Amino acid sequence: MSVKVLIPTPLRPYAGKQSVIEVTAQTVGEALNDLVTKHPDLRKHLFSEDGKLRSFVNVYLNDEDVRYLSKDATPVKETDTIIIVPSVAGGR
Amino acid sequence: MAELIDGSQATLSNDEILRYSRHLIMLEVTLEGQKKLKAARVLCVGTGGLGSPLALYLAAAGVGTLGLVDFDVVDYTNLQRQVLHYTSDVGRLKLDSAIDKLTAINPFVEIRRFDTYLNSQNALEILSGFDIIADGTDNFATRYLVNDACVLSGKPNVYASIFRFEGQASIFATEAGPCYRCLYPEPPPPGLVPSCAEGGVLGVLPGLLGVIQATEVIKLILGVGEPLIGRLLLVDALAMRFRELRVRKNQECPVCGANPTVKELIDYNQFCGIRGEESGVSTSTKVPEILPEELKRRLDVQEDIFVLDVREPHEYQIVNIKGHLIPLGDLPTRIHELDSSREIVVHCKSGARSAKAVDFLRKSGFKHASSLTGGILAWADRVDPSLPKY
Repeated sequence: MSVKVLIPTPLRPYAGKQSVIEVTAQTVGEALNDLVTKHPDLRKHLFSEDGKLRSFVNVYLNDEDVRYLSKDATPVKETDTIIIVPSVAGGR
Repeated sequence: MAELIDGSQATLSNDEILRYSRHLIMLEVTLEGQKKLKAARVLCVGTGGLGSPLALYLAAAGVGTLGLVDFDVVDYTNLQRQVLHYTSDVGRLKLDSAIDKLTAINPFVEIRRFDTYLNSQNALEILSGFDIIADGTDNFATRYLVNDACVLSGKPNVYASIFRFEGQASIFATEAGPCYRCLYPEPPPPGLVPSCAEGGVLGVLPGLLGVIQATEVIKLILGVGEPLIGRLLLVDALAMRFRELRVRKNQECPVCGANPTVKELIDYNQFCGIRGEESGVSTSTKVPEILPEELKRRLDVQEDIFVLDVREPHEYQIVNIKGHLIPLGDLPTRIHELDSSREIVVHCKSGARSAKAVDFLRKSGFKHASSLTGGILAWADRVDPSLPKY
């Protein structure tokens, strides 16, 4: 089914400058896979070389961190929104 | 939650009572709350984009003791957002400029100045004189340092960060709540996440986020409302959308978890990979360089040099030296526009992107490519001072 992924500002240059991307998936893992298949430049920003989600990037399903759900296996519904939340440090 | 601040010993003069009258008549504040504000000691780390509105509002609200940590000097590019500092302050220490404004707003505030970088050697000592810490810094190393120092000293870290037109805010390191490392266990590798100096920042955005920080600091002092603990507020100023995410305390957190491995402050530059705050030349890419004076001399004697500008078109519009424009990201698909037999000098704004471009070109068989040291900024400084800098 089709799910929305919200792309944060720092990653938009690698996602065709889009802020929302629709992907087709049954789980969070499939959704991220579909995302980096559509936008290959995103891959190195989301995943380390061994394919694990980078530790400075958090993935939320609606308002909950998927690390505290079933991680990649967390099922998604049509109305769900996946939010990518990378760390940013700016302040000056 | 136990009361963070005991205001029972504080006293307010008649002048102060008049000044704070709009607080005193609110049931959420009252005289008791205003005395807590007066008794409170808040440390603002940084007096820049976030620190400006933060410190201004905390001073106006009557926070009794404000600590300011900064080592920086005001420059022209700060003025678009750092509202503590005026045009006439350019070249002054931010601390001097900040103290003038804060004292003018509220002479009843005691200000403590720390004219230094916060580092692993001085952080715990500086934090020890304060009840609440507000993090308005601009780099990952200091973010992790402030977090760990807050956890180790048991003091709340009122956090915000900004990038372009998006911001994040939360309160970390309270007794029951998560810390910054629960949310982000590790920093990004150097160079992967751009800084504000590279990516830009909408001038009002630190205003929005700094005021959110000030609000949370005041709520913590008063002990009212629902503090932003265990919640990450995401602000998108372009869409003007506020979103709230849950942040859980991670039992395996290396600093605040059940079995912490970080029990004292570490070397945060090493932890984050040493990286300048500005877009300096990446240390990982060593490529041949040419100094602006040298390029100028050789161009003046009509040597055959092809100047390639790898910035973005909107930067080219601001200022250019008539180089051929191919943005760094387009270089792989437009490399056929270049002649590998010619000498190519690549430039960008300050040298980081051109180093990457030269590295790429040399790997693609362009043996005569070099990078202009310091970019167009250095060219403007050293060759043609009539050019604008940005």
